[in-house]
Amino acid sequence: MATHSNNQYYVPHGSIYPAILSAGLLSLASGFIFSVATDKSKDLAYLQTPGKWMMYLGTAIILFMVFKWMGTVITESITGKYRKWEDKSFRVGMIVFICSELAFFAAFFGALFYMRVLSVPDLAAFDPLFTPYKDFLGTWPSAGPGGMVLGVEYKPGLLQPMAAWGLPAINTMLLLTSGATITWAHWALIKNNRKQLIIGMALTVALGIAFLICQGMEYHHAYTEMGLTLGSGAYGATFFMLTGFHGFHVTLGTIMLIVILIRCMKGHFTPEHHFGFEGVAWYWHFVDVVWLGLFIFVYWL
Amino acid sequence: MSTATVAHHEEHHDHPTGIMRWLTTTNHKDIGTMYLTFSLIMFFVGGSMILGIRAELFKPGLQLMNPEFFNQLIGVHALIMIFAALMPAATGFANWMIPLQIGAPDMALPRLNNWGFWLLPPSAILLTLPFTLAMFGIGDGALATGWTFYPPLSVQGGIGVDFAIFAVHLLGISSVMGSINIIVTLFNMRAPGMTLMKMPMFAWGWLITAFLLVATIPVLAGAVTMLLTDRHFGTHFFNAAGGGDPIMFQHLFWFFGHPEVYILLLPVWGFIPQILETFSRKPMYGYKAQVYSLWAIGALAVVVWAHHFFTAGMPVPALLYFMYSTMAISLPLAVLFFCWIKTMWKGSMSFETPMLFAVGWIILFGIGGLTGLVLADVAADAQYHNSYFVVAHFHYTLFAGGIMGIMAGTYYWLPKMTGHMYSETLGKLHFWLTAISFNLTFIPQFFLGLAGMPRRIPDYALQFAEFNMISSIAAFVLGFSQLLFVYNIVSCARGGKKATDQVWEGAKGLEWTLPSPPPYHSFTEQPIIK
Repeated sequence: MATHSNNQYYVPHGSIYPAILSAGLLSLASGFIFSVATDKSKDLAYLQTPGKWMMYLGTAIILFMVFKWMGTVITESITGKYRKWEDKSFRVGMIVFICSELAFFAAFFGALFYMRVLSVPDLAAFDPLFTPYKDFLGTWPSAGPGGMVLGVEYKPGLLQPMAAWGLPAINTMLLLTSGATITWAHWALIKNNRKQLIIGMALTVALGIAFLICQGMEYHHAYTEMGLTLGSGAYGATFFMLTGFHGFHVTLGTIMLIVILIRCMKGHFTPEHHFGFEGVAWYWHFVDVVWLGLFIFVYWL
Repeated sequence: MSTATVAHHEEHHDHPTGIMRWLTTTNHKDIGTMYLTFSLIMFFVGGSMILGIRAELFKPGLQLMNPEFFNQLIGVHALIMIFAALMPAATGFANWMIPLQIGAPDMALPRLNNWGFWLLPPSAILLTLPFTLAMFGIGDGALATGWTFYPPLSVQGGIGVDFAIFAVHLLGISSVMGSINIIVTLFNMRAPGMTLMKMPMFAWGWLITAFLLVATIPVLAGAVTMLLTDRHFGTHFFNAAGGGDPIMFQHLFWFFGHPEVYILLLPVWGFIPQILETFSRKPMYGYKAQVYSLWAIGALAVVVWAHHFFTAGMPVPALLYFMYSTMAISLPLAVLFFCWIKTMWKGSMSFETPMLFAVGWIILFGIGGLTGLVLADVAADAQYHNSYFVVAHFHYTLFAGGIMGIMAGTYYWLPKMTGHMYSETLGKLHFWLTAISFNLTFIPQFFLGLAGMPRRIPDYALQFAEFNMISSIAAFVLGFSQLLFVYNIVSCARGGKKATDQVWEGAKGLEWTLPSPPPYHSFTEQPIIK
């Protein structure tokens, strides 16, 4: 029976990388559990050192396997295995993946809104005769009324909120500009202008790194001078978890941008065929959009 | 629906053999087989845990285990049955059947598919390892909070909670990867001419399931991450001292947890109508109505979560909203029930094992649905909440509605997958043993719940003794009759009467146009749907 080779979907050959990657994740997860086991029972302190080594091993395996796996895909891409049909699979897959990432951030935004609108005001709204939280005002930002946490007395310190119009505003500008530079690079790619492409990508990477440096400075300032930590009640928890996970995604995005920059310099992309570029660009825009939500709801309002 | 060309290529034997075949495979049938096998094994692991529970509850007083171990068995039983037995079974069918049903050469992202499966064994290890570690004196066993992880207990709990948190993370990654793959496959790999509204119902069920997974699993991941930071890094998400709230966890958890029910059931609602039309020998009734109902249920699924904790405390308007929106689900579900019954109406029906399971499924799942309506009533729920009534209710939906549906699907597609017919006598025996002992296990639990017996307590008042005894005996019959299922599957895989291509007289759809078993690469050239 005649087969139309241009109608055939490329089913890749088997690969051991996913299975080893999973083993790496197992090692990382159980290593982490062992290394923090002493928090809950002191007699498990001896697990700390082996746990740490399992984490290092797991991380190394994960990084190596992702490197090898992506390497295989890049090789397949530049040898022309992926055409229009396969390309569409990657596109739809990337969109759905970004949606799932949005849902992950939605959980933390949900926690922020819940605490700010419901639980913190509620704690201040008890009948004054019976309330255990006498002087608690329930205003935002709040580190909570204080009390016992896991058998230890928790006393909220004086809380200063992170001002929106200092470093965070600069960070907003950095990320918005990087969104523009990556689009400028994309136009260059479509027009086959390699010089502009590489300049645009390099600028985007630089802006991403600048953002991360600013955020590092902000965290340092929060911990050392403002007394704002992960343990600063509702505000501290939501502030650091939201900005922290966002920063983690910016880090991943910057690493991906660097890979794409190298691939641009090697000339992997053509005006017609550059999903790798576009996928990372979409991811970068997603990180940008999440930051705007953070800037408005965590810093500004 | 007809196929213009179906290519049957000689198999390419360029893939490795032995263990490496399974570790490295990118073939949708191999991956589907691994999912289904894993699911069957974990079904027995989770099942043996609950038989331990039923043995303890056989008579009042503490006989076999201490309450902590009892709680651990209950929580891990639920997590295993939901995440490691039911979900992988549905994903296994998706992998096996969706490419065959839509005329695709394979799943769209085969390596990702392989990773989706190979995340599961590590998760199973994480779930069960704490039991083993406790035997060697490390830690105090698995999580003892029930599968719902409610704080403050889960914040205080030992090493087992951390293991469960990371197991949920890996299972979540696996589910999201599987969902991405299925969504992409359904949007990009359908045969030319197969429009969305010509897709088989199973594909529709899975498409909506995949959307629900992508929307809700990351929220669960976020919630257990907050739990982890509350446990180890001093955050106060779930502690009032810091302005947090333990009830917030219940909101986040059930925002995932309620759609999860439909995640488990929607794939079954997909293939049950196909089984009904096959054995009624007439076309499915109300295809469009069913598709729209599936969408309606999928949409309602994400806005009704708080009915799982009416008694935890909520303003009255919220109670009313969650009550009415929950009850609204019964409308599209009623549409589905009428379509299922009307599909059989005046058909020339025959009752092979898949059909027995499908018809029994409609009745038993119906009981599960109706008792759910009772629980959705805020006023009545105050009485039923956290009682054995709830346990019986969700076993009617998840064992009858989930597992028995999966069994119907297994018998339906087993001849296609293995190329042999299973033993019809054993299959029927398995059905009757399962159906009768299932009812004998859980009907007494309805009465126990109405009389006020709370769930998750290892001891009970003397007045509950008889019903518990009946329930325990029936549970052991139910458990051991599943060995017939395994025997039937294994002997069918190893040999037996050859199955024809169509297998069932009334079977329709692309998967029945391929030989049984289908060649290693199914549709190297896509069929054209008219």
